[in-house]
Amino acid sequence: MHPHDHVPAAGPPLLTVVAVVALAVGAAAYAVGLRAARARSPWPARRTLCWYAGLACAGAATLGPLAEASRASFTAHMAGHVLLGMLAPLLLVLAAPVSLLLRALPAARARRVSAALRSPVAHVVGHPVVAALLDGGGLWLLYTTGLFHVAHGSAPVDVVVHAHVLLAGWLLTASLVGPDPHPSRASFRVRATVLVAFVAAHSVLAKWLYAHPPAGVSPADARAGAQLMYYAGDAVDVALMVLLVAGWYTASRPRDLATARVREHPGLA
Amino acid sequence: MAGRDAPAGVADDAGARDRRTVLSGVLFGAGIAASIIDLFVFHLGLQWHHFYDLSTTQVALAADGLFHAVGWFVTVWGLFLLADVRRRAEVSWARWVGAVVVGVGGFQLLDGVLNHKILGIHQIRYGVDLLVYDVVWIGTAVVALVVGLVVLRRARPGRPGGAGSA
Repeated sequence: MHPHDHVPAAGPPLLTVVAVVALAVGAAAYAVGLRAARARSPWPARRTLCWYAGLACAGAATLGPLAEASRASFTAHMAGHVLLGMLAPLLLVLAAPVSLLLRALPAARARRVSAALRSPVAHVVGHPVVAALLDGGGLWLLYTTGLFHVAHGSAPVDVVVHAHVLLAGWLLTASLVGPDPHPSRASFRVRATVLVAFVAAHSVLAKWLYAHPPAGVSPADARAGAQLMYYAGDAVDVALMVLLVAGWYTASRPRDLATARVREHPGLA
Repeated sequence: MAGRDAPAGVADDAGARDRRTVLSGVLFGAGIAASIIDLFVFHLGLQWHHFYDLSTTQVALAADGLFHAVGWFVTVWGLFLLADVRRRAEVSWARWVGAVVVGVGGFQLLDGVLNHKILGIHQIRYGVDLLVYDVVWIGTAVVALVVGLVVLRRARPGRPGGAGSA
C-alpha cells in the first residue's frame, strides 16, 4: 500500500482496486466450490443465484456510478449503505457458502473447518449480541463522530469502513437467519430480541441523521438519505424477520405432521 | 401424537390452540396498527404524520424506534402463529378476527394515550385544534377494543358457532 493513497492521484481509487479484487475472488471461489462439490447431491440453484446477486449488490455499492455519486450525495451514500450493509449480507448468507465449502473440501480438511467453527472465538463472534454490537456500534461511530468525514478524505479508512459495514452485516445476518451449520446458534428468543433491538437502533439512527446531518452534508440531502435508510432498511429488516420466524415455524412443526409428511413424500426427509 | 417433549411448547390440545389463535390475532392486529395502518394511512395517505417532527426528546425517539421494530415483528410473528394453528387444526376465523380487532383497538388506544399524550412522540395532525382529533382517535380505539372483545366472547370455544363447534 502506498503512503500517499489519500492524495487524489491518477489511477483508480484504492476502494475500487480492493473491491474488484475481493469480488473477483468471491465469484471465483464459489465457482470453484461448486465444481469441487459437483459429485455430491445437486446444489440448489437459488443458493448460487443468491451468491452472485449478493456480489452484484456489493459491487454496485463500491464500484460504478452509485459509488461515484456517493462521494458528493449523502442520499446515494445511503443507497450504497443499504446495498452493502444489509442486502448484500442477506443474499451472501442465503447462498450458504460454509455449507458449500464443507461439501467441496476433502473429509479431513472439512473436519478442520468444522472444528474451527466450534472454537471459542467463533462462538463469541458468532453470537448475535456480539455481531449486533459490532454492526450497530460501527454505524453509530461512523455517523455520530467525525469518522464519516475522515473516511471521505482517506482512502485506507474508506476501505476499512466499507469492509466493516459488509462483514459486520454478514456476521449479524448469519447469526440471526443463516442456513449454514452454526454449532452455537442462539435461541429463537435471543435472536428475535436482538433483531428487534437492532431494527429499533437502526430506525433511531435514521431519524437522528434526519435531524443532525453529518459534517459537509446539506440538510435536504441528509433528510432524503435518512428516509431512504429508514424505509429501505425496513424492507430488508422485514425480510430478516420473515426468515427468522419461518425458521421457528419449521423447527416447531408437530411431530405427527412431520412423520405423516415423510410417509407421503420420503424425499423431503 | 406430539408429546410434551415436542419443541417450542407445541399447542396440540384445543385449549392451547385457541390461546394461540387469540395471541396470533392480537399480535397481528397490534402489528398492522403500529406499522401498516400508520404508514399507509397517516404518513403516505393523509400525510398528517411526519417522518420526524424534530420536537421529540431522545427518550421518545428511542421509544418510537422500539414501537416501530416491535410493530413489524409482531405482524410477521402473528401471521406465522396463525399458519401454525392452521397446520394443526381448523382455525376459528371469528375468534381470530375478533382478536385482530382487539389488537388494532388496543394498540390505537396505547398510541393515542401513551405516545401522543404522555410521551409526546408525535401528534395526530399539526396546525389544528388537537382536542377533536384526540377524542376521535381514542374514542374509535375504545369502540374497536369493545367490539373486538364482544366478537371474541361470542366466538369462544364451546358456544354454538364458536371455536370447536365446527
